[in-house]
Amino acid sequence: MKFSLRIWRQPSADAEGRMVTYVLDDISEDASFLEMLDVLNEQLIAEGEDPVAFDHDCREGICGACSLVIDGQPHGPQAATTTCQLHMRKFKDGDLIDIEPWRAGAFPVVRDLVVDRTAFDRIIQAGGYISAPTGTAPEAHSVPVPKQDADAAFTAAACIGCGACVAACPNGSGMLFMAAKVAHLGLMPQGQPERHTRVLGMVAEHDASGFGGCTNAGECSAACPKEIGLDVIGQLNRDFRKAAVRAA
Amino acid sequence: MNQASEFFTVGEAVADAKAPAGPIAERWEQRRFSGRLVNPSNRRKLRVIVVGTGLAGASAAATLGELGYRVSNYCFQDSPRRAHSIAAQGGINAAKNYRNDGDSVHRLFYDTVKGGDFRSRESNVHRLAEVSTEIIDQCVAQGVPFAREYGGLLDNRSFGGAQVSRTFYARGQTGQQLLLGAYQALERQVGAGAVELHTRHEMLELVVVEGKARGIVVRDMVTGDISTEMADAVVLATGGYGNVFFLSTNAKGCNVTASWRAHRQGAYFANPCYTQIHPTCIPQSGEHQSKLTLMSESLRNDGRVWVPKERGDDREPADIPEADRDYYLERRYPAFGNLVPRDIASRAAKAVCDEGRGVGPGGLGVYLDFADAIGRLGEPAVKAKYGNLFDMYERITGENPYERPMRIYPAVHYTMGGLWVDYDLSSNIPGLFVTGEANFSDHGANRLGASALMQGLSDGYFVLPNTISDYLADGPFEPVPDTHEEVVAARKAVDERIAFFLGNDGDRTVDSFHRELGKIMWEYCGMERSEEGLTKAIGLVRDLKDEFWKRVKVTGKAEELNQQLEKAGRVADFFELAELMCIDALHRTESCGGHFRAESQTDDGEAKRDDENFSYVAAWEYATEAPVLHREALEFEYVKPTQRSYK
Repeated sequence: MKFSLRIWRQPSADAEGRMVTYVLDDISEDASFLEMLDVLNEQLIAEGEDPVAFDHDCREGICGACSLVIDGQPHGPQAATTTCQLHMRKFKDGDLIDIEPWRAGAFPVVRDLVVDRTAFDRIIQAGGYISAPTGTAPEAHSVPVPKQDADAAFTAAACIGCGACVAACPNGSGMLFMAAKVAHLGLMPQGQPERHTRVLGMVAEHDASGFGGCTNAGECSAACPKEIGLDVIGQLNRDFRKAAVRAA
Repeated sequence: MNQASEFFTVGEAVADAKAPAGPIAERWEQRRFSGRLVNPSNRRKLRVIVVGTGLAGASAAATLGELGYRVSNYCFQDSPRRAHSIAAQGGINAAKNYRNDGDSVHRLFYDTVKGGDFRSRESNVHRLAEVSTEIIDQCVAQGVPFAREYGGLLDNRSFGGAQVSRTFYARGQTGQQLLLGAYQALERQVGAGAVELHTRHEMLELVVVEGKARGIVVRDMVTGDISTEMADAVVLATGGYGNVFFLSTNAKGCNVTASWRAHRQGAYFANPCYTQIHPTCIPQSGEHQSKLTLMSESLRNDGRVWVPKERGDDREPADIPEADRDYYLERRYPAFGNLVPRDIASRAAKAVCDEGRGVGPGGLGVYLDFADAIGRLGEPAVKAKYGNLFDMYERITGENPYERPMRIYPAVHYTMGGLWVDYDLSSNIPGLFVTGEANFSDHGANRLGASALMQGLSDGYFVLPNTISDYLADGPFEPVPDTHEEVVAARKAVDERIAFFLGNDGDRTVDSFHRELGKIMWEYCGMERSEEGLTKAIGLVRDLKDEFWKRVKVTGKAEELNQQLEKAGRVADFFELAELMCIDALHRTESCGGHFRAESQTDDGEAKRDDENFSYVAAWEYATEAPVLHREALEFEYVKPTQRSYK
């Protein structure tokens, strides 16, 4: 297959960036999107040019490292699929494909398609955990968890922290990411004691990190490769209101 | 071959000086008592560096932080949550005996020693089995959403050849959920100021001063700054080295550099040839392939493995009648059938493909068929159990596994070998500790399914935090100035290597070398090894290594995010490791676990161990000329070595 790629090139955080066009031929339809970029990079190095920097690691859709906006959509056109799991058979021979980094105030570009997502780690530091120091745990079966709660918690916990929700949001909000963690831990009995401090701490850090507010646009959930639903945001809002009243 | 040869020399035997004696069930308790403690108020005077944030690293960093040590934690990824433990699918073993099916600590111990083909230490494995139950308690307390029954209690399944149901799981994403639990515990300590976290930092050298590990040299991968970080102890939790094969199920960033740099500084590397080839991966589709994707072993609980009986039968699988199919695992291993351990299932797949009965492109694949399970349980039940795996298969191959059997083929998945450690998880360099996949200690020559997560968390949450205090009780150690000759030398080595790569007038990309190295390793040091092949491989690896240093081309600068430069350093270390792996595989003329020597098999083609000559750990010391073999004898008091049989 043959493709024209328009790729965001930006040498460093402070440098100006621009879209640069590359033409690539002889790509297998069985290649993944990132393997297609590997081929491009091999070609660029051979020509003495700097290869395109992009984040990637597991290449099986679970580590959350890969992060490209492809033709305007975070992780590209296939629903419930990370960029690394997207394959070229989903495109047409001769397609022109735009490739950009996540664009959000809280995720500054580091280089080319690589962005800095440490703001997500800070949100977790601010309360996205259950305080259970090693060795303090009671017998696992001492607290039964209704299956439906455990399943719902798992569904929320499936978030891979890639940041597609932020990239898709017109406000650059990290609400879905944060709410997925609030819902996961809030659905487990072990998460109850810190339920209120957790949500207050995380929301404060979210806002301080420069993420935008949530206006229920719903783009986040549509872009989420793990199909985290908007219901988690409802849960966060309920918990936040209760916690704010208590704290007042 | 276990005498010195042109490829290696033999040094003194090595012994695990920390191994306690006495009844096996009391050894861990005894060691915790005999090990010295550090007073809580003194812990804040002690700094520990932890490299890696996977299950073994994040759990260790979090726990050491909770205990009050000053911890510095490093990872090359942009967040600790990306470490490759996240990709583990199947589950985690624990001897809870919740199913009342005859499980016990002793049975898990027994199964793991046997599964490791009698090449692991009894004491370590028993401790692992004991600690397994505490891990589940710990993870549940952290909110890990394990699968549960309708009554609200934890669900278990049988996994990877076990005859009891002792595997805890969270759909097909157990590693993800366990890692997030450890990651959250770690971030809590970062927020509390107990752990300093450095993401996008890569360790490039170990600093050894007066015989003790005292620090590391790291590169900030965004700015290119090289800095030296000093501490009272260094913990490597840097994972396995399966990417030496280029194609493996490992994440692209997984590498051996931290371990290899420590090895070059004197740490022994044990059993490097023990590689686990996982039987159920999606076959390679072409030359562009950058990695292989695992399909969880749990699929073998319901899927049936088969190939056509006749060579060259290229009918569609649905058109091949039962009579023309060979369910070769069920035929050869009637007692375990499709659930035989990984090494056996992998070799059996290779055998049928070598006979020309493989399916799919290049004949390198076998079918994993769910038609029976769908008929028996219904599609919704199969979907509930394996839905995410089936979806992943379809995304990668474009084929629907509900309608057409999956095609699978073995791929490199895990490395049982690693840096040599004693019972305390200390390497032979005082102050250097090694945890998780990076060490060699618990899986012997073959790892059982759902045991890697168990070992990573056992080491990080429960073992290391208890054993490291015995070493730190002698600290804090004399501060080492940046001007110390060892520190200067370590930095210089890093600077020179970077300068070389960027200055070399080469014409071949790093990846092209890595790919070629991987092919050599897979061909000659993969599922089946022979004296002839390994000898040839050593020559090929050496030649390619020479060419690498002459022709490698790295673009860009040192003072920037430079992914080619990162790769070049890692591949350079893979070359040296590859040679040692081949030498280790060559010297071990027996077959055991994941190491199958063509010359050592039974009449019916099964692996044949040679306990008389090889019941030892091969701990290799680095030397510029030829590596030095130190043997650690293995003794079995509780599980008598027998030939493994799954028939």
